[in-house]
Amino acid sequence: MKAKTHFAFFDEGSKKEIRRATLKAVAIPGYQVPFASREMPIARGWGTGGLQLTLSLIGKTDVLKVIDQGSDESVNAVSIKKLVQDTTGVQLTERTEEADIIQSRHRIPESELTKNQILVLQVPLPEPLRPIEAREYKTKRMHAEDDYSGAWLLLFEQIMKYGKTATTADHPVSVKDRYVMAPSPIPRFDNPKMDHSEALILLGAGREKKIYAVPPYTSVKSLAFDDYPFTVESFEGAHCHLCGTADVFMDELIDHDTGTTIYQCNDTAHCMDQLNKQEEVEVESIYV
Amino acid sequence: MYETPILQVKNLQKQYGPGCCHCNDLENSMLEKNFCKACGTVYAVRNLSLELYPGEILGVVGESGSGKSTMMQCLYFDTDITSGAAYINRPGKELENVFDLSSQQKRFIRNHDYGMVYQNPVHGLKMNFSSIGNIAEKLIAAGNRNVADMEETAKRLLTNVHIPLHRMKEEPENFSGGMQQRVQIAKALSNNPPILFLDEVTTGLDLSVQAKVLDLIKKIQRELQISMIVVSHDLAVIRMLADRTIVMLNGEIIEEGLTDQVLEDPQHAYTQQLVYSLL
Repeated sequence: MKAKTHFAFFDEGSKKEIRRATLKAVAIPGYQVPFASREMPIARGWGTGGLQLTLSLIGKTDVLKVIDQGSDESVNAVSIKKLVQDTTGVQLTERTEEADIIQSRHRIPESELTKNQILVLQVPLPEPLRPIEAREYKTKRMHAEDDYSGAWLLLFEQIMKYGKTATTADHPVSVKDRYVMAPSPIPRFDNPKMDHSEALILLGAGREKKIYAVPPYTSVKSLAFDDYPFTVESFEGAHCHLCGTADVFMDELIDHDTGTTIYQCNDTAHCMDQLNKQEEVEVESIYV
Repeated sequence: MYETPILQVKNLQKQYGPGCCHCNDLENSMLEKNFCKACGTVYAVRNLSLELYPGEILGVVGESGSGKSTMMQCLYFDTDITSGAAYINRPGKELENVFDLSSQQKRFIRNHDYGMVYQNPVHGLKMNFSSIGNIAEKLIAAGNRNVADMEETAKRLLTNVHIPLHRMKEEPENFSGGMQQRVQIAKALSNNPPILFLDEVTTGLDLSVQAKVLDLIKKIQRELQISMIVVSHDLAVIRMLADRTIVMLNGEIIEEGLTDQVLEDPQHAYTQQLVYSLL
C-alpha cells in the first residue's frame, strides 16, 4: 500500500506551527523561538531544522536550491532535494540566482542574494552562550537581561591563548544591537554577508528545537574587541585553479604526491557560473 | 558631623517557608532557635539592620547556621529576600532600595559597586577559564571592550595578590586553594568596587597562606579605602581585620560594637561563650 503523502510532507497543522514560530522569529531578530521539532525521515543533526523550515515555506511554483558546505552535489544536499521534490514536485536548481529558497549548511552563497529569495540555514548549536552556561533556563535569562559578558569572555580567552580570536566558524554576531546569535557554522568570511542582507535569513535547529531569523536589511555585527577588530579568513594571493576567481571562500587542497597546495572555490555553483561565463566570452570571440 | 554610611541595611528578613500565626510576630514568636515547629518555617535572617561606613571593615561573627552567609547572599543578590531594604550611597540614588530594582539594575550594582569573595572559590570563579579571563569577565560585564586595557588591569591585580604572571593564563583549577582565593580577590577588586564582601575567605587555608591573604585584605583596605563586610567564625581573623563587629545568633544580631569592646567585654551570654571558647 502506498499512501499519498501531504504536499510538502507535513500535515497543514505542522506547517502552521512552524510558520507561526518563523513569524515570531522574524519579528524579534536574533531571538531563538522554540518550536515543536518533528521527527523527520532524516536523522536529527543532518539538517532537520532547515528542512522543516523549507517544507513549511515552499509553494508549488518555488524553485529550490540546497547546498552542503558550498556543494550542490554532496549526498546530504541531494537527499534533501530529493525528499522535497518527491513530496512537492517543485523545480530544483543549482544556480543561486534562479532559486527562491536556498537551504544551506555552513555557507552563504558567494553571489549576493536578492529580496525575492529566502536563505534557510541549518544550525547544530543555536545557543552562543552554551559553552559558558550549560543550563537552558540560565542562558534564556542571560538573553533576556542582555547579559552577554560570557560570549565576550569566550573571545577574550581565545585572544589570551592564541593571540587572536580563533573562531573558525560560528563567530557570534549581535543582531540589531540586541540579541547575540550563533550565525550557524558559516566561516567568518560569510558573517559580513548577513549584515543588511536583502534576502530573509532563517535559521533552524532541529535537534535543539529552535528557529531564529535575520530579517532583510537588519544590522548584523560580528563581536569584536576595540583593539582586536573582526577579520575574515584571508586568501591573499590565492585564486581558484578552475575558474581563476579570487576574493571568494576557497578550499585548500593538498596534493600528497607533490606536496603542492591548490585552491578551489568552495561554492561549486559560483565556480560553475564563472566557468560558463568565461566559455561564453571565448565562444563569442571566436565566432563573431 | 556624622559620616554617611555607604551601605545601609534596614530590617532585612529572609525566611524559608510561609510562616504562621505562631511565628509571624517577631516579638513573642515561639521559635526553636530560628525554626518554627508549627509550620516548619526557617527564619534564616531576622529583622537585621546594619550600617557600613566608607573605608571601614565590619566583622560578622556567629556560629554555623546563624545566618551570616545568607545575609551576604541577600546583600549580593544571590538569593531573593523576604522583606527589608538596603540603600547604597551612590550619587543621585541614595534613596533607592536596591532590593526593589530590576535584575538588570542589580547586575549593574554587582558589576560596578560590589565585589564578592566566596568561601569556596568554585562559586566565584570559572574554574576552566584562565585566571586573567576570570578577572576580565567582571571588566567585560562592566562594559570594557578593550583587550589591552583589561590585560593591563588584570596583570596589575594579579601582581598585587602575588600570583606570578607566568601563570596568569592558567586555569584556577590548577591552582592551590590559597592561590584560587587570591585570584578571587583580584577578580572582586577589578572594578575598584567601593564595597567588598568577604565570606569566610580564610577558612580552609593553612596558616601561612591565611596570613598572606589577611595581609592582602588589610593592605587593600589601607590603600584603596574600600569598605568591607567580613564574615568569619574565626575570632582571630575578626580581631585582626575588623573595626566594628556584629555578633549573629539564630538569624539575629545579638550584639554589636567596636571589635575590641565586643571581644574583651562581651555582654550577651552567647558572645561570652563564644569568646571564652577560644583556645
